[in-house]
Amino acid sequence: MKLRPGFALETMAAWALAALWLSPLAYAFWAAFHPAAMATHFDLFAPLTLANFAKAWTYAPFPRHFLNTVVLVTMILSAQLVLCTLAGYAFARFEFFGHHVAFGLVLVQLMVMPEVLIVENYRIMAKLGLVDTILGIGLPYMASAFGIFLLRQTFKTVPRELEEAARVEGCGFLGVLWRVYVPLARPTYLAYGLVSVSYHWNNFLWPLVITNAVETRPLTVGLAIFGAPESGVDWAVISAGTIMAVSPLLVAFLLFQRQFMQSFMQAGIK
Amino acid sequence: MKHVYGWLLLTPAAILLIGFTHYPAVATLIDSFYSTGTAVRPSRFVGLENYAALLEDPIFWQVLGNNAWFALGTIPTAIAIAMVMALWVNDRLPARALVRMAYFTPTVLPMIAVANLWLFFYTPQIGLFDRLGALAGAGSHNWLGDPDLVLPATMVMVVWKEAGFFMIFYLAALQSLPPELEEAAKIDGASRWYYFRRVIFPLLMPTTLFVLVNATINSFKLVDHLFILTKGGPDNASSLLLYYVYQVAFSFFETAYAATLTVVLLALLAALAVLQFLLIEKRVHYR
Repeated sequence: MKLRPGFALETMAAWALAALWLSPLAYAFWAAFHPAAMATHFDLFAPLTLANFAKAWTYAPFPRHFLNTVVLVTMILSAQLVLCTLAGYAFARFEFFGHHVAFGLVLVQLMVMPEVLIVENYRIMAKLGLVDTILGIGLPYMASAFGIFLLRQTFKTVPRELEEAARVEGCGFLGVLWRVYVPLARPTYLAYGLVSVSYHWNNFLWPLVITNAVETRPLTVGLAIFGAPESGVDWAVISAGTIMAVSPLLVAFLLFQRQFMQSFMQAGIK
Repeated sequence: MKHVYGWLLLTPAAILLIGFTHYPAVATLIDSFYSTGTAVRPSRFVGLENYAALLEDPIFWQVLGNNAWFALGTIPTAIAIAMVMALWVNDRLPARALVRMAYFTPTVLPMIAVANLWLFFYTPQIGLFDRLGALAGAGSHNWLGDPDLVLPATMVMVVWKEAGFFMIFYLAALQSLPPELEEAAKIDGASRWYYFRRVIFPLLMPTTLFVLVNATINSFKLVDHLFILTKGGPDNASSLLLYYVYQVAFSFFETAYAATLTVVLLALLAALAVLQFLLIEKRVHYR
């Protein structure tokens, strides 16, 4: 096959853009692994060091922040999977009274995410006594309109015959859900799970508003306090801390690239 | 029975949705008609007073304008870059997977981390921006301290963060195009630019509209970077509506006024939702 004219040029341009896109991260890596004095003087043979990581680890309570984020993300995702499965099933297969209106009301949350309502949600959490708790961070996100919508679409594609066969075998309506619908929706669960974990690992505004102690603050909030200019920490250490905080998600992304991109694609298009 | 089962299945999610989306949205609207209560003065009904104050508030108009510039400055640029990225990555490019990964990586990073890293790039003299500028013979700038530069400076970062995410949608659209199209264009001897302009670009239009509306909605929620980079400053030159809501509520403790600002934000999001609905309807008919 003959290459079209200009192909080499376009390839160079695509590579150049890729290099440009990676450069901020590459620069941060470079700064994090070299002595602070080298951060502004590029020298290929500068000595490598882990001192910045050691410093970052002691400047902020990273282990605690990591734990909080892991607990938060796990809690939100488990609750979302259960709640969205049940609600998605209701909308896909039960034409109950008022289901059109109810579905419309669910979709409102696609626009009005909890972070838009920080003022009122803070007040509600105060009334519930959940300010400064991990449950308080997670609760507004557990019934996810996005998850309900995705699962409803997926469940609707399941052939009715499969459900009838399961019913003949003696499954009740929850048995059908568990044995027929949930296994067939596995790709959707994976896609939704990846999107949800990335979202909540990175979420900042609502966790910032609702927490004020180290014991509850997730990584992003800890990172914001650590990286704020008034903290006076030097750039090499900030880079090291930032890389530590993003590395679990970044490594997961690099390992499961295809899956990540397909999930974001699938989730966005439906 | 289907009514009972349906509602039973929906109830747990419905309670949380009503509790943390519908109720607070309605409560926000009600609060906007009351004054902020204090220990000595309980809140009282003030009618449209908060809205009158809003219209008189120069900061409100400034952050609203900033939001508009922010959306105008980031979205079309990010969309154009995303389209080019998708065309390249969809092509038989050497090291295609690596290039695609490079474009998408900023998407998986939290905005706070991105802002932490970019803060250094903006530093006068020693930062990357000024060093690149110096190579081109430009002088030093205080990127985040100059009211005229701060918003464009943050926009560059946001474009970098968002373009790869938009690329995904174009990639999906390109992969769904029949391969015969390109064959036909080749046989006709169409140039690549002509093929893009007359065939690909129009076919990508539904995707562009979809990304455009979603990106606009999203632009009202993109405020995390302000906490690190500028705190909305200097003189609110980089502040955005949601950040202003946060400041009014949690720094100035004017919760009634914060509710009023939130109502404006909700109204804008609702208008965009209606627009999106109409566009999707149109797309269905088009097919």
